[in-house]
Amino acid sequence: MTEQGSKAVEKILEVRDLVTQVATPSGPKTVVDGLSFDLCRGETLCIAGESGSGKSMTSLSIMGLLPEPMARVASGEIRLNGTDLLTLSERAMRDIRGNKIAMIFQEPMTSLNPVLTIGRQLGEAISTHNPMPGSRVRARALEVLKQVRISEPEKRLSQYPHELSGGMRQRVMIAMALACNPDVLIADEPTTALDVTIQAQILGLMRDLQRETGTAIILITHDMGVVAEMADRVIVMNQGKVVESGTVTDVFEKPGDPYTRGLLAAVPRLGAMTGTEGPASSDGKALERGLAKPLVSVRDLTVRFDIRGGLLQRVQKRVHAVEQVSFDIFAGETLSIVGESGCGKSTTGRALMNLIPWQGEVVIDGREIDANSRIQTREVRRNIQMIFQDPYASLDPRMTVGELVAEPLVIHGLASGSELDDRVEYLFRRVGLPADAAKRHPHEFSGGQRQRICIARALSLSPKVIIADESVSALDVSVQAQVLDLLGELQAESGLSYLFISHDMAVVEQISHRVAVMYMGQIVEIGPRQAVFENPQHPYTKKLMAAVPIPDPRKRRQDFSLITGEVPSPVHGLDYQPELADLQQIAAHHFVAKSAMETAA
Amino acid sequence: MLVLAELAKRKLALLGLIIIVVIAGSALLAPWIAPYDPQNQMFDGLTIEGAPMPPGGQFLLGTDLLGRDLLSRLMYGAQTSLIIGIVANGAAVLIGALVGVTAGFFRGWIGTILMRATDLMMAFPALLLAIVLAAIFKPSLWIVAMVIAMVNWVQVARVIYTETRSLSEREFIEAEWGIGASRFRILFKHMLPHLLSTMVVWATLGIATTVLLEATLSYLGVGVQPPTPSWGNIIFENQTYFTSAPWLVFFPGIAIILLALAFNLVGDALRDILDPTQKGRH
Repeated sequence: MTEQGSKAVEKILEVRDLVTQVATPSGPKTVVDGLSFDLCRGETLCIAGESGSGKSMTSLSIMGLLPEPMARVASGEIRLNGTDLLTLSERAMRDIRGNKIAMIFQEPMTSLNPVLTIGRQLGEAISTHNPMPGSRVRARALEVLKQVRISEPEKRLSQYPHELSGGMRQRVMIAMALACNPDVLIADEPTTALDVTIQAQILGLMRDLQRETGTAIILITHDMGVVAEMADRVIVMNQGKVVESGTVTDVFEKPGDPYTRGLLAAVPRLGAMTGTEGPASSDGKALERGLAKPLVSVRDLTVRFDIRGGLLQRVQKRVHAVEQVSFDIFAGETLSIVGESGCGKSTTGRALMNLIPWQGEVVIDGREIDANSRIQTREVRRNIQMIFQDPYASLDPRMTVGELVAEPLVIHGLASGSELDDRVEYLFRRVGLPADAAKRHPHEFSGGQRQRICIARALSLSPKVIIADESVSALDVSVQAQVLDLLGELQAESGLSYLFISHDMAVVEQISHRVAVMYMGQIVEIGPRQAVFENPQHPYTKKLMAAVPIPDPRKRRQDFSLITGEVPSPVHGLDYQPELADLQQIAAHHFVAKSAMETAA
Repeated sequence: MLVLAELAKRKLALLGLIIIVVIAGSALLAPWIAPYDPQNQMFDGLTIEGAPMPPGGQFLLGTDLLGRDLLSRLMYGAQTSLIIGIVANGAAVLIGALVGVTAGFFRGWIGTILMRATDLMMAFPALLLAIVLAAIFKPSLWIVAMVIAMVNWVQVARVIYTETRSLSEREFIEAEWGIGASRFRILFKHMLPHLLSTMVVWATLGIATTVLLEATLSYLGVGVQPPTPSWGNIIFENQTYFTSAPWLVFFPGIAIILLALAFNLVGDALRDILDPTQKGRH
């Protein structure tokens, strides 16, 4: 406790030399190595690190929730108000858990029991530790729901988790955690699965609640923006060891350890490209577009999904995923589509790949795509390829990566025999993987390496356009930066175009020539990156920008009240006629929707 | 051969393999190595009171109510049970997989028709169906095997159907469409290998239930006809004497359990060997 000498600080939690080990076939592996910290009342401690740093293992160790016998605390002390939690019996730990130390998990979708009402689950959290009559439990449940500022709290009590949005579910999780006024709240990546605007709301809520209740928070996150926004003190972990700890301003401004410095340098910062026109890979230079014809031209793309129901499986409702979207992509250009989940950005990409049925007109390199055929003529298919979001899920786990990279060439009959081997070897080298990697299976690679394999696979057909759907979202920041560099290099080298689909505004700013903002299945603003980022016109674009946490503790937002509301549902009745955004040009190539969409957002 | 070598590396799988070889061997070689004729009702196979002989002595596993040698009957019965277990169950898995994959992959009206037919079969009492089928055709070993296959493919079809559907939603299958792979390629190169493990599990787990179903059919008089021995009908012939002559139920019961266990051990190992993501984990 160096920084708060003047204040009388009350230590709640003391962790000393914590060592946690996990059993592996080759003996115990230390995943948390000698971690020590103190936590005081009303304080927020962020444990930051990339995947595999041991940050989640730390929280499970404190909660006594390690998956024994696979993992165990080998040595150390965890003292809560003076009692060593590690010496307590499982029974005594149950009294602590939820009561003195509460936890919020990453996935609000799966952390709630789907078959119980919100009221029941909240009631259980309350009455487990403080038995009280049913009416008082209900009153308390209502009280905590109001505390987390959920809309219509009375109604929520009788609803089931699936009736609530992700943001609301996370609010319920927080309400459950706070139901017993815990001394310590452990939040493990509480906003990672949420959209930025919801993230901002949840972060604001956590800050307010902490001010009201004085609960100490341990916030575990990989997102340096969230750290800067929330932390009083920061511990940076790498491979189980603490590499840096200190006040948030010290860590961000005077990072001592090279790892921390690297991590901070890799974090994409919104506003880093201010004043430049092109993406970072071209040193901010804009693309010479001239009078060239667009490589990809999309007109009135519409995707609707039928929801069938009832006895006769008749169409009852329709998801209006994408409504009359039009845009062009030029050769060598990166067009990014940004928006929150459910806005239709991924659906747009999948429609262009002909993976789902769609209507409208799409021309790629002068050839029109047939909307009705899943198996597109090979020549057209060759020109457009896709890199998916999850490198773990998009490679067939039973094939070797060599086979996977060779497969497109085999399918299209472009190479065979030794020519095929040479080509695959070249592709591996091109994306920065050793050629001897070809004989291994996907699960033997890290996330970043797998994404490189996916890129190699997409490149194998020498496409003109690559659709990258959230392709770097699942990666750690340092790996993310490398993959983005690779994409930039490939573009500079061979004039590839990208349709980059992402929710991450900072990444989009780094790599885009142009940006389209999607909301409710429509483009509400589209234009050169500089125009959209430095002069956003549509209220939704502004809201998105404001919601991004800035990795700088001095630029911390004090007031989150501007960011409210959630994206409405795109499910409508059969007679629904969507109100189309009317795009108007306000500057060169910069279009903004001027219709009723404005009031909706 | 590579698979066999891999199997031999795993102790439990090796044990299962040995059990299978011993049972199959004694079934094949029964005419030469069985101590007695399984049909021979021997005078010295019964005690003076006319009760069956307990295990030991002249008759290693004892004799049954008619004075026939139990060991010989078990060895000959292994022929029937193995044929039923492997052929009937194998046919059930093949039919089930074919229906399930077709319905799950192509969906549309083909899928609807196939799955509604499966539901219909499922709603039908399996035993009743088996009895009707067996009554129409004159019961013989092969007819019984066919009847069992007709009844048992339904569950396999359901499971494979669900799995095919969830598999075709996986991102790597979408990625395959994305690179322009044909249906044929996606089905055979990318989906079947993943379904194989489920099929192997069914193929091994099903053997025990198949042998028992045959026993039930035999008991009802529509299975393998006596005096041809099968493990199932030996149990059912003798189950009422369980307290006075327990070995008559015990030994065939053990035989069924051992066979089922052996196939399960081998099946488990096979599933792991066929799955590259499991490499180095046994």
